[in-house]
Amino acid sequence: MSDTARYRLLLILLAAGAMILFVLSLTVGPAAIGFGDSIAALFDRKEAGPLALIMQEIRLPRAILGLMIGATLGLSGAVLQGYLRNPLAEPALLGISATASLGAVLAIYTGFSLVFPLGLPLAALAGAVVAVIVVQAMAGMRGGALTIILAGVALSSLAAAMTSLALNLSPNPFAALEIMFWMLGSLTDRSMTHVWLAAPFMVVGWAMLANVGRSLDTLTLGRDAAASMGVDLRRVQLLAVLGTAASVGAATAVAGAIGFVGLVVPHLLRPFVGARPSRLLPASALGGASVLLAADILVRVIAPGKDLKLGVLTAIVGAPFFLWLVYRTRRNLL
Amino acid sequence: MTLLSVKGLHASLGGKPVLNGVSFSVGEGEFVGLIGPNGAGKSTLLRAALGLVGARGEVAIAGQDAAAMTARERARRIAYLPQEREIGWPVSVEMVVSLGRAPHRPAFAGLDAADRARIEEAMGRMELEEFRRRPATELSGGEKARVLIARALAQDAPLLLADEPTAGLDPSHQITLMRLFAELAREGRGVVASLHDLSLAARWCTRLILLDRGTIVADGPPREVLTRERLRSVYGVEAHLAEAEGGMLVVPLDMAAPELLVRGKP
Repeated sequence: MSDTARYRLLLILLAAGAMILFVLSLTVGPAAIGFGDSIAALFDRKEAGPLALIMQEIRLPRAILGLMIGATLGLSGAVLQGYLRNPLAEPALLGISATASLGAVLAIYTGFSLVFPLGLPLAALAGAVVAVIVVQAMAGMRGGALTIILAGVALSSLAAAMTSLALNLSPNPFAALEIMFWMLGSLTDRSMTHVWLAAPFMVVGWAMLANVGRSLDTLTLGRDAAASMGVDLRRVQLLAVLGTAASVGAATAVAGAIGFVGLVVPHLLRPFVGARPSRLLPASALGGASVLLAADILVRVIAPGKDLKLGVLTAIVGAPFFLWLVYRTRRNLL
Repeated sequence: MTLLSVKGLHASLGGKPVLNGVSFSVGEGEFVGLIGPNGAGKSTLLRAALGLVGARGEVAIAGQDAAAMTARERARRIAYLPQEREIGWPVSVEMVVSLGRAPHRPAFAGLDAADRARIEEAMGRMELEEFRRRPATELSGGEKARVLIARALAQDAPLLLADEPTAGLDPSHQITLMRLFAELAREGRGVVASLHDLSLAARWCTRLILLDRGTIVADGPPREVLTRERLRSVYGVEAHLAEAEGGMLVVPLDMAAPELLVRGKP
């Protein structure tokens, strides 16, 4: 019973952390606005002053996207590590981030993103759909974890190569620069439209991912044992792949590829939930949201006015941190 | 009642036929030892009966066509202990054992008192109480095996299929396990265990099924199945058969002389 109590406490702490960081994210920015003023402006419905505009149109979507994308990365990372029983699994593994990026790059390259304001995220989502179809077709309905990993790796490489080709053939340096900057991953200058575009896909994806928790527990003992305990492996695979595609595809579509959060957060929290995959899912979602919000606050605090990209920061901090984590827990790794 | 009945089961792995028309049935109160040389098809037979590998033929579980059952319905009637002792994450021993209750619980429900009683009973039977909180991945091979057996016991199914359950256990735990399986059979359950230790199989099982190259070559009480000629023709070994302490002893001595081998004849 004390296990369950400890787990509840952890979730409460993580949720509180995410809430605090969400509010902080709303109150940090280049426009020096006092804490009280900014919160008041957020709920200001009457006058559309510059303060209310900054809060409601710039900072609110940024904070909401940070929360949702962080939760997506943490949750999908935990599901994929549990499903593939591979501690190196992360949201980008299925090739979804890479193909979604490719879709966005093609939208910039062809000028589609200029003609139609939502062209870029929609093209990115189309890229994610392609990834799902290819991975599912490769793995088949009876496919194993290894097939999915290999198909994802191959797909990522191909998408990266196509992205390089687009850069290579880029008609002008500005398009190339825009492509480069977009690919670094950022939450700057996103609007509520982005929130409304991404939210439905993410919510559907989360629902699918949350549904596999119990099955992931049983999968700890291997595929055969799980199947003999009544787990429908095909259903689990479909939910894990589609759920990741919908939520990570939407996240990549609005913010670019943000690495390391989905890899590091599940590892960080696993010891606190007794390594139990189903318990790791909500913890990792809340943890991912906290980490991404914190990173997005940091890029504004460290280098105001320099537009330090979020994806760059998560990689710079995340990679050494992951090394340290591997060093510390190498005995417990598979 | 028949717990499991298999008729004309054919299966192939990677294009190579592994089972060639295997038929048998297991009833309540039976402790069946599945024996045969490496590659005879013992594991494939157990997996095919559970629907884990594609196979042709009829499988009926408790009188019902297995193909028409859902995975959960099957899981309530048959527990399975795979040969691979896989524990993917450093979860606690208690949590691994509690996984056995998964087929009995609705999607998001927790464990109730009856579930906890089953888990405690299974842990008690495998002498795991002192390991309860330890991460299962940190245990020795034999201890891990006992945790996974307890997991299968917690499933509380009328039939248990165990693939080499005694591998890696010390003699005392091997005997404890055989005793336990015999006891489960006396309670009216059925147990099918693939085994390599022929003395252990002969002393504890109520019935032996000898599998060779995908076909059943003998099926019956241990004394009828285990003969010097069969051990020579199926395993290619000369063995010493004896009676000791109220049971049979089978001690393989040496390879059979080539001219005595009937292996390979049609």
